[in-house]
Amino acid sequence: MTSVTRREDWERQYRATPSDVVEGTTMSGLEVEPVYGPDDGEFPGQWPYTRGPYASMYRGRLWTMRMFAGFGTAVDTNARFKELLRAGGTGLSVAFDLPTLMGTDSDDPMALGEVGKAGVAVDTLADMESLFDGIDLGAVSTSMTINSPAAIVMAMYVAVGEEHGTPRSRLAGTLQNDILKEYQAQKEFIFPPRPSVRLVNDVVRFCTAEMPLWHPVSISGYHIREAGSTAAQELAFTLANGFAYVEAARASGLHVDVFGKRLSFFFNAHIDFFEEIAKYRAARRIWARWMGDRYGATDDRAMQLRFHTQTAGVSLTAQQPEVNIARVAIEALAGVLGGTQSLHTDSFDEALALPTEKAARIALRTQQVIAHETGVAAVADPLGGSYFVEALTDRLEAEAEAIFAHLDELGRGSILEGVYRGIEEGWFQGEIAQASADFERKLNDGRRVLVGVNRFEETDEPDADILYIGPEAEAEQRRRLSDVKARRDAAAVERVLAKVRQDAARPEVNVMPSLLDAVRAYATIGEIVGSLGQVFGTWTERAVV
Amino acid sequence: MTGAPVIRVLVTKVGLDGHDRGVKVVARMLRDAGFEVIYGGLRQTPQTIAETALQEDVDVVGLSMHSGGHLTLAPAVMEALARRGLEVPVVVGGIIPERDRDTLLAAGVAEVINPGASEDQVVTAVRRAARRPGAEAGARGRERS
Repeated sequence: MTSVTRREDWERQYRATPSDVVEGTTMSGLEVEPVYGPDDGEFPGQWPYTRGPYASMYRGRLWTMRMFAGFGTAVDTNARFKELLRAGGTGLSVAFDLPTLMGTDSDDPMALGEVGKAGVAVDTLADMESLFDGIDLGAVSTSMTINSPAAIVMAMYVAVGEEHGTPRSRLAGTLQNDILKEYQAQKEFIFPPRPSVRLVNDVVRFCTAEMPLWHPVSISGYHIREAGSTAAQELAFTLANGFAYVEAARASGLHVDVFGKRLSFFFNAHIDFFEEIAKYRAARRIWARWMGDRYGATDDRAMQLRFHTQTAGVSLTAQQPEVNIARVAIEALAGVLGGTQSLHTDSFDEALALPTEKAARIALRTQQVIAHETGVAAVADPLGGSYFVEALTDRLEAEAEAIFAHLDELGRGSILEGVYRGIEEGWFQGEIAQASADFERKLNDGRRVLVGVNRFEETDEPDADILYIGPEAEAEQRRRLSDVKARRDAAAVERVLAKVRQDAARPEVNVMPSLLDAVRAYATIGEIVGSLGQVFGTWTERAVV
Repeated sequence: MTGAPVIRVLVTKVGLDGHDRGVKVVARMLRDAGFEVIYGGLRQTPQTIAETALQEDVDVVGLSMHSGGHLTLAPAVMEALARRGLEVPVVVGGIIPERDRDTLLAAGVAEVINPGASEDQVVTAVRRAARRPGAEAGARGRERS
């Protein structure tokens, strides 16, 4: 047997993929290799993918510059989407308002004051029609950040595609649809954990069968980190949630090689530069090992962890907000050096309000500077082999493995059951609250410096120019909703909602087809959530301070 | 500190916003500084907050808001408190734009605390709120043991 070195194996893969996106020279004209390392070491695109999921990395394809946006009514956000596409953004990412995220209609008393404030308001299919008006859904990829009502919004997107003549098989994008971290961190839950995971899995089954370009779950550490966790906790809780969805999908009869390659991840890029890079590298390695060893994946793509990154909202300061531009650039660079597949850069004014158009443009331009000026995209995993980064990668992996062992024990050999128990007993919530308090203590006693907040303060700060969402959007959205309610066939709505309840009550039935019928009949998100809630019940957390 | 009145504070979220990192940090800060802290939890309405404030006989209500709904929700909480005859000062913390801060203060909110406030600033603001006229009845009656 002739032995092929890992370098030769990598070269074969590298040559098989187009790789002329980024120039392979320094600005002074020195040639640079696509990757560096010993011939028998691990290369990008090689198991366990510590150095990246693809052989060519950014030489083959730059990351997707995906800017999260949404405010006011669907008409307002549609205009912002068109501006982002015009400015060179390459994917859409929808931010929904709180009532939508909580499955609450805009005319519900609980929605008062929140409609269109922190994202776009979506009550019915009519809003999704306006949101994507004039945008070719077959030509963009769309990310939708929503969880408890994710299946309903997915159904709406498919329905809009049908109206545009874009079949669901051509729809590309990502649905966040990661309910477990809601109980742990972001707290936008509606139903109890078990029926919620069933909904997640119904979407996974639907997409696996019918939407080959869609990522049905984006397993998200972002919010866990924002809620105050450490980097190791973000890594471990996120991957554990991923294992939990894998176990749920396998239990419903799906094969890990089939759905595994459609799972994607979403991590935070915080300000501790090397720790973040090590975190992404450790994540890829752990996922590959667990998917292969524990869950029996054999398809490489089911073992390759691909992820989206967003810079850390919590790292932004309301004081001297322009300084945030520097923070975001550093965090984004960590994401790129860590091999992210897509990136959202926060706008510098986000500690004050939703971003202005100008601030959002600077954030996008920051990515473009990294991609096209700095030269960092030319070499895959440029920090691989650094004593420090390798040691930190190993250390984070070990910390995460200790947490998996704890959850495995809690669940008596099932990570899914361990995660359920950890949620029910408030274990995750307590760990995150403790980490957050420890961090706050360090800020307070000055052991951690936050520029402009506990050091280098300015006393006289001018007012920042911020995006102001007035009460008009809320009034306008209520008007839009009452128009739809007046126009639709009320008897048809009753019928489709009854079908939703009927299907929800049968765990072996996929609820997606009845959700599609419900949204096509212009049932509201609140009506559909209410119908599901009649079957599933609702969840209240035991507060842990 | 013996003999100083113990200030009872209800810290809570209001409305749909689930961002609870800040409110938990503030709850711990106040507890560590010797306040009696009642954490109201998520998804509270103006009515449930007023009910808890009454039941728990609190001296200050602290609302944590990060979703932009403060101009509607904070006054709604004050109204609900007033309807129950409670003159409890309301402190708002969270992402509050400068122009809204003035609006909230003009509407009767006692203090507005922004992200990045130190433990000292938080504690001072809540103490100052508790000292407002009409706010002392509760605190005066209790002594720290």
